[in-house]
Amino acid sequence: MASPLQRERSGMLAVETLAVAALLGFAGYAALFIAPTEATMGLIQRIFYFHVPSGWTAFVAFFISFFASIAYLRTRAPKWDWLAVSSAEIGVPFIPVMLVTGPIWAKPVWGIWWTWDARLTSTFVLWVLYVCYLLLRTLIDEPERRAVVSAVFGVFAAFDVPLVYFSIWFFRTQHPQPVIGPGGSLDPTMRNVLLLCWAAMLGLFAILLRQRYRLEALRYEVARIRLEGSRRAEPVLPVGKRVNPEMAK
Amino acid sequence: MKNFESLMVAYLAVWAIFLVYHFTVARRLARLQDEVERLKDTLKQ
Repeated sequence: MASPLQRERSGMLAVETLAVAALLGFAGYAALFIAPTEATMGLIQRIFYFHVPSGWTAFVAFFISFFASIAYLRTRAPKWDWLAVSSAEIGVPFIPVMLVTGPIWAKPVWGIWWTWDARLTSTFVLWVLYVCYLLLRTLIDEPERRAVVSAVFGVFAAFDVPLVYFSIWFFRTQHPQPVIGPGGSLDPTMRNVLLLCWAAMLGLFAILLRQRYRLEALRYEVARIRLEGSRRAEPVLPVGKRVNPEMAK
Repeated sequence: MKNFESLMVAYLAVWAIFLVYHFTVARRLARLQDEVERLKDTLKQ
C-alpha cells in the first residue's frame, strides 16, 4: 500500500510527465509545421530540430556526469555516484538519436550516409566511451571501488565532449559551421523552434534522470537490506562456543 | 514532398529510441521495487 507521500510523489511525476509530453508534442508540431522550409535542402532539413537538440542534451548529460564524478571523488557520498551513472546512461541514447538522424539527413544532402570526418568520428567515439563506462560498472562488484573507478573514467570520458563540439573549428569536416551564436545565420523562427525543441528534450532528459536516479537509489536500498539480513542471520557467538540454554540457567 | 519518407523514418527512429530506453528503465525500476518489498517481508518474518 502506497503512503500519502508516495502517492503525492507519483501524482507530481504524472503531472510533470504529461507536461513534458505536451511540450514534446508541440515541439514536434512546430518542427514540422511552424518552422519555414529551408530553401536548398527542403523538407529533410527539419531533422535539424531533433538532431541538434539531441546532441546538446547529450552534452548536458555528460557534463552533469562529469561534475557528479568529481563531487564523488571529493566527498565519497553515494548520491553523486548515482547521479553520475544516471546522467551518463541517459546521455547514451541521445547519441544514437544523433547518429541515426544524421545519416538520414546526410544521404540526400551530401550524397553519402557516413564519412569518418572529425565531427562524426569524435561523436561515435563519445558514444563508445560512455558505453564502456556502463560496461565497466558491470565488471566491478565492490560498490565503493566501482564508484571510484567509474568516476575516474567518467572524468576522462567527458574530455571528448569539447572535442566533439569544437571539431568543426579545429578540422576540415563535412559538417557545416555553427548556425547559432556569433556569425550564425539562422532564421529567427528556425532558431525559436530549435530552442523549443531543445527545451522539450531537456524536459525529457529531466524526467528520465529522475526515474534513473530512483533506480540507482533502489539498488542501494536492496544492497542495504541484504546486508542487514545477512547480519541478522549470523550467529551471535562463534561456532563451538554456543551457550547451552540449560547450562546458562 | 521530396524526402518526406526519410523525414518520417528519422522522427520515428527518435521516438523508438527514447521509448525503448524509457521502458527498459521502467521495467528495471518495477523489478527492484518488487525486490525491496520482498526483502522487507523476509526481514519481518
